[in-house]
Amino acid sequence: MNRFAPFEWIAAIRFMREGLIQTSLIIIGVALGVAVIVFMSALLASLQTNLFRRTLSFQAQIVVNPPEEVARPQREPGEGAIAALVQPRSQRLKSVDQWQKVRSQIERLPDVTDVTPVVSGPGFAIRGDANKAVTITGVEPETYLRVIALTDKIVAGKVGVGTSEIVIGTELAKDLGAALDDKLRLATASGAAETLTVTGIFDFGNKGINERNVYISLRTAQNLLDLVGGVSSIELNVRDPFQAETVAQTIQALTALEADSWIRTNAQFFSALSAQTLSNNFIRFFVGLTAALGIASVLVVSVVQKSREIGILRAMGTTQGQVLRLFLVQGAVVGLVGSLFGSVLGFLFLNLWRDIAKNPDGTPLFVVTVDPMLFVATAAGATLVGTLAAMVPARRAAKLNPVVAIRG
Amino acid sequence: MDKGKPLSVLRVMDVHKAYAPNTPVELEVLHGINLVLEHGEFTALIGPSGSGKSTLLNLIGLLDTPTRGEIIIDGRQTGKLNDQDLTRLRGRSIGFVFQYSCLLPEFTAAENVRMPLLANRGWPDVEMNRTAETLLGQVGLEPWKDHMASDLSGGQQQRVAIARALAMQPALILADEPTGNLDTRAADGVFDLLRSVNRTLGTTFLIVTHDPRLAVRCDRIVELVDGRIVSDRPNQPAPHASSEIAATGAAA
Repeated sequence: MNRFAPFEWIAAIRFMREGLIQTSLIIIGVALGVAVIVFMSALLASLQTNLFRRTLSFQAQIVVNPPEEVARPQREPGEGAIAALVQPRSQRLKSVDQWQKVRSQIERLPDVTDVTPVVSGPGFAIRGDANKAVTITGVEPETYLRVIALTDKIVAGKVGVGTSEIVIGTELAKDLGAALDDKLRLATASGAAETLTVTGIFDFGNKGINERNVYISLRTAQNLLDLVGGVSSIELNVRDPFQAETVAQTIQALTALEADSWIRTNAQFFSALSAQTLSNNFIRFFVGLTAALGIASVLVVSVVQKSREIGILRAMGTTQGQVLRLFLVQGAVVGLVGSLFGSVLGFLFLNLWRDIAKNPDGTPLFVVTVDPMLFVATAAGATLVGTLAAMVPARRAAKLNPVVAIRG
Repeated sequence: MDKGKPLSVLRVMDVHKAYAPNTPVELEVLHGINLVLEHGEFTALIGPSGSGKSTLLNLIGLLDTPTRGEIIIDGRQTGKLNDQDLTRLRGRSIGFVFQYSCLLPEFTAAENVRMPLLANRGWPDVEMNRTAETLLGQVGLEPWKDHMASDLSGGQQQRVAIARALAMQPALILADEPTGNLDTRAADGVFDLLRSVNRTLGTTFLIVTHDPRLAVRCDRIVELVDGRIVSDRPNQPAPHASSEIAATGAAA
């Protein structure tokens, strides 16, 4: 009982008040460290969310494709004749086998949120003399719009993908000189062609996508790409995007189809995110370590300065445990108070950053949001680090020989 | 003659103290000390520098442990106690008054007096405040109770230290040159206070002193030379002492 009774608190606070300059300096030090951590963490989290949203805005988290076709030599190796050269087969566009069944199989997986079938293939958009190569994406709008936030990217019109409707990007619209309600022809290499009305124009913030992607109805795409009744891929989102690869592997094992997660298709982007997170953790670790060492060194000095008083306290019946806790409390208080000031400071930095980091048109470069849990976590972490840092000096204080300490 | 009494305040039995024991540089400074203090005794411990007075006082005060022998305080053997139990026993049974002011400078006079109660009980309460004020009143410093310890004069600080030593109502108060750092008038005042505490509360005192003027005013004088007790005699306090105190005491 009385593990951290007020005696320790009263004496700890008084000791700290007495060494006000020391205490203030170390609290400022801790506060600056915490401010850096808060600022960096909030900035990086927002940056990543933002990059993530931009990158994944025009692609599903997992795309399920039919397996690639492989060339099979007629004789097995070892049966005498050996195929010295096996040419890889060209990959024709083909449907996911029994895609409705696969789709409902995937929908039943626990982590999957939305699933949509897609027909996708190459084609040409023709208007007057202009002729542009495009990627035709045939979609089922009810489900597709839940997987890809196309609606948010529309700058003119709406997402209208009826049988003879098409949604195109800003770049393509410019190249073809097409506006809303204009007509254009969509043709494929097989010779099939449709005349479609532009109902919407989107802007994904990516020139290549704005130039190349066109969205039409699933059925029209099936006709154009000669895939009647079939789909070229099934696309889906999962609850936690960072678990996409695991889910993809589950699907692959379940369906014997190829499931590619965004993590694999954007390996470089993903490893950049990971590297950022890693370097942020490094910086946080070293800033935390520096603060801890600062607290420890100040308390070591304090133990030396207060050794006579520690001896007197021991003489009047203060136990080693009480002396130990007296210094642990000081470490904890420095950590906590420092983190409170530091959180405020970090928040001010973030606001300053919001004012500075703007696009030329005055819109924020990216949205910085701060999770309140960040402050709670930082305060708890700093208090813990402060207590741990106080461990060495506190043990020294507790082990002081009262006779030597009182003699001074 | 006192050996029949079970509860002497202090029994020191064949206590040896060596520094760096069991090494080539072992240095024994106390060679078999025997000393018994009964309730209410007011004893001076005298002897030349280096005779082991302070060492003996630290052993009795449980701040240090003997190499051999046994120290019994209030009937409790201390040899086998761990640090926690020694500390608790020390807090309850022994009060200290040191030569140089040993107040905690971060605290007021009243808080200093309260500190042993707080340290031993863990939690503050109103009764502690009353005890502290009463004690400060007894040492004549009630008006100074809210002054910081570091703002008091040397004599005042020693009076606060005495009040603090009394806070836990210990059976024994150990005073190491309690007046060594004070001028004659302040010293007489502090000594007078110790005596009056002894008379009114019956607290046992063991006072290390260099000052023969003070030693002759104690009831018993124990002399230590080279780590051995060479004389232990009762003393009739000098009759003129109290008139001297009456003349100068109020100035302290």
